[in-house]
Amino acid sequence: MKLRRLTLIGIPYFWLLALFLIPFGIVLKISLSDIALAIPPYTPTLDISGGWQAVRDFLSELDFENFEFLTTDDLYWKAYLSSLKIAAISTLLALLLGFPMAYGMAKAREDWRPTLMMLVILPFWTSFLIRVYAWVGILSTEGYLNQFLMGIGIIGDPLVILNTSTAVYIGIVYTYLPFMILPIYATLERLDESLIEAAEDLGCSRISAFWLVTVPLSKYGVIAGCFLVFIPVIGEFVIPALLGGSKTLMIGKVLWEEFFSNRDWPVASAVAIILLLVLIFPIVLFQRNEQKQREAEQ
Amino acid sequence: MNQDTSGKEFAPWNDASEKPLITFKNVTKKFGEFVAISDLNLDIYAREFFALLGPSGCGKTTLMRMLAGFEAPTSGVIELAGQDIAAIPPNKREVNMMFQSYALFPHLNIWDNIAFGLRREKMPKDQMEARVEEMLRLTKMEKFARRKPHQVSGGQRQRVALARSLAKAPKLLLLDEPLGALDAKLRQDTQFELMDIQESTGTTFVIVTHDQEEAMTVASRVAVMDHGKLVQVDTPDVIYETPNSVYVADFIGDVNIIEGTAEANGDSVALTWTEGQPALIGSANQPIAKGASAAMAIRPEKIAISSEKPTDRTNVLQGKVLDIAYLGNISTYHVQLDNGTVIKAQIANTRRIARRNFTWEDPVWLSWTDTAGIVLAV
Amino acid sequence: MRRFSWFNATSLTIGFAFLYLPMLILVIYSFNESKLVTVWAGFSTKWYGELFRNEAFLDAAYVTLRVAIFSSLLATVLGTMAAYVLVRAGRFPGRTLFSGMIYAPLVMPEVITGLSLLLLFISLGLDRGVLTIVLAHTTFSMCFVSVVVSARLASFDQSLEEAALDLGCTPFEAFRLVTLPVIAPAVISGWLLAFTLSLDDLVIASFTSGPSATTLPIKIWSSIRLGVSPEINALSTILIAIVATGVISASLISKRAAMQRDLDSKT
Repeated sequence: MKLRRLTLIGIPYFWLLALFLIPFGIVLKISLSDIALAIPPYTPTLDISGGWQAVRDFLSELDFENFEFLTTDDLYWKAYLSSLKIAAISTLLALLLGFPMAYGMAKAREDWRPTLMMLVILPFWTSFLIRVYAWVGILSTEGYLNQFLMGIGIIGDPLVILNTSTAVYIGIVYTYLPFMILPIYATLERLDESLIEAAEDLGCSRISAFWLVTVPLSKYGVIAGCFLVFIPVIGEFVIPALLGGSKTLMIGKVLWEEFFSNRDWPVASAVAIILLLVLIFPIVLFQRNEQKQREAEQ
Repeated sequence: MNQDTSGKEFAPWNDASEKPLITFKNVTKKFGEFVAISDLNLDIYAREFFALLGPSGCGKTTLMRMLAGFEAPTSGVIELAGQDIAAIPPNKREVNMMFQSYALFPHLNIWDNIAFGLRREKMPKDQMEARVEEMLRLTKMEKFARRKPHQVSGGQRQRVALARSLAKAPKLLLLDEPLGALDAKLRQDTQFELMDIQESTGTTFVIVTHDQEEAMTVASRVAVMDHGKLVQVDTPDVIYETPNSVYVADFIGDVNIIEGTAEANGDSVALTWTEGQPALIGSANQPIAKGASAAMAIRPEKIAISSEKPTDRTNVLQGKVLDIAYLGNISTYHVQLDNGTVIKAQIANTRRIARRNFTWEDPVWLSWTDTAGIVLAV
Repeated sequence: MRRFSWFNATSLTIGFAFLYLPMLILVIYSFNESKLVTVWAGFSTKWYGELFRNEAFLDAAYVTLRVAIFSSLLATVLGTMAAYVLVRAGRFPGRTLFSGMIYAPLVMPEVITGLSLLLLFISLGLDRGVLTIVLAHTTFSMCFVSVVVSARLASFDQSLEEAALDLGCTPFEAFRLVTLPVIAPAVISGWLLAFTLSLDDLVIASFTSGPSATTLPIKIWSSIRLGVSPEINALSTILIAIVATGVISASLISKRAAMQRDLDSKT
């Protein structure tokens, strides 16, 4: 009885400790080390065989130099700020597009809803990379969008969209839209139609019933949707790398380049640590929203 | 109402030579700080239909789950046929349970649900088939054997759950609110079916319920529980006629509780309850000290209502009709006394309603005999 | 009566057009004769032929498939165990840390997960290849599996398991004969999710793969960084077709099952 319980808990626990928590500790450790021309390319390295003295030497050589470096170079804090800004704006855009869609789905005929739902989920199962890639062909100067616009004579010269922040916004909204729609749809779909009728019966117009009843009651879904877009976008790498230009700064891209191009592992690790610290706040807010929603439903 | 077929009354609890099937000895069960069962002693005999009755949270379900093996007592001993069952896991106990939710396996059809327990004990195939067919016949479910649980009605699901738990011929069958999910009409029919099945299989049944009417209908004995303790264990008629506490009187059936001070008066007890009114006379089944605070429990159907002052009854009170609840077979009159107390009295409607004697605001007399009310210590 | 106005119809049309037009264009232009992907030069399937003659793509596809199969199976087993621990094991020391480690990878940026696993593999001296990608993918997709399965387990009537024990099952038999069949749909969708996540992953695979093992997304990534190519369009079309067939048939099956249930409960 005891042994079985121990195995059941132990196996996934051990797996996550070894492949999630310990790696994370290593990132923390390396972020406090210095870059070196060696394999692995950082110093100090811990040699357990040296005993207690070696551990003490090792610890004394760790410092916050990399974090200090991050504050001295404009690039990093600009990248953090720009990631937050891009995430916030694209969350807003996704909400503007996603809410009417979720609303339309919730008001659609009951037998259509599963199909509409499937249409929203289908892109999610399709390769992320391919969906981003699809926009490269559309947005480039000789792409389908420019061909179309010039063809009908709206513009004379092709628009430069690819490799700008606009392309990044489009890409983000496109790939993360299902994450916005689904939680909003879930709350709207559960919304009791008689509440709207009661509001109208009590003298609301259709529009004021929408603002006074539907919107407040879909609050939790909207907040959940916003965080589900905002949080992953902050650390996004593929979209800015593929659709953005050299001026589009995002922290995920900076980390990638620090690691693969500059091979500066300690700085890359420090960037990762700061990125996590940036994420903690929205994650805590998100959890609190989920908690409140559960309480409200009871 | 009890399972008497031979003419001799079925009452093993009164027979000192009978060995109980189940014995609880000083059983206590705690969940953290919460005491669910507190130092409980109880004997249940073979072939009994035993009801555990009480409000939710009184510990009745915990008691049953300890019998099934899903909970272990914190202290004390539970014996089944003289053997301590603490060390026996639920899958090895000769006890089966019918769950409140029925817990029918949704991925198996009804036949396979009933055969589930027999397969576990590796019963030979032909024997198992015969047993399943027998159970299907017993519960009149032969026609539905190949259906999945979600394809039959609630009442049928209840019967499948019963068949499944009876299939292994357990020494003891536990039923957790077995009829709770059925509507009132179906519940009544099913109560009688349950009694028939219990009688024909000779299995000992322990049923948990919060419905006092259900407990009274099916059980040979009823245990009324409150806060982890047994308040009274007795046959339904004894519990109804001579409750041992205000709690039991109030829990079982409709009752008027009149509080006052007790005074011995020969075989009966007098209860002084308000100034300017004569003391009420009732019987007591335990001694009550003179001057102790006490309460009289009097059932509404034992109170007569008349327009003239009756002369042949001990307890007589005057009041006026406040409300009349017409329930078809009976009517309940709410009568307000001069001091404001409201007493309920019931009258069988043997006549047509149009010829009813009393109406609102009518002055009336209430009366009952000196043995009708029970005086209880508070 | 639900009201469905022109406003709803318009927002749905625009929304779904936005979601589907880019993929539709991609599919159409995969049948383009011309090497210049943005100029239509007539119908052709030659890029599909090119694709199937491209050894590098085929090798990458084989690696990806192997990684996805192994990691999704491992993740399903581990994730189901983790879900069971989360929902059923009650209290044990370190439970908060455990549930934290289940939920954290869901919101962890892929670049960080990738970086941390790479640093682990290096400090262990593990050669980067199929094994390291499988370990990495298993770790993050087991968390998705456990979230999907624990949602189902939480709504699972626990008295079903108790009934199985009561009827003579050992705890393991109760899990195998009752719990597993009932939660099977959730386990299967968890497995599908793990499989797709693994097929799809670029970032974590880039960190944890070595020169010996290039996955399909890494291969696609290195060629689309150079711009649009008709072969990639063809490959994308094939992947979209596979996913669409899978998702549509799954939803048809579940719809038929629901209709069957309706019919059954009426008779």
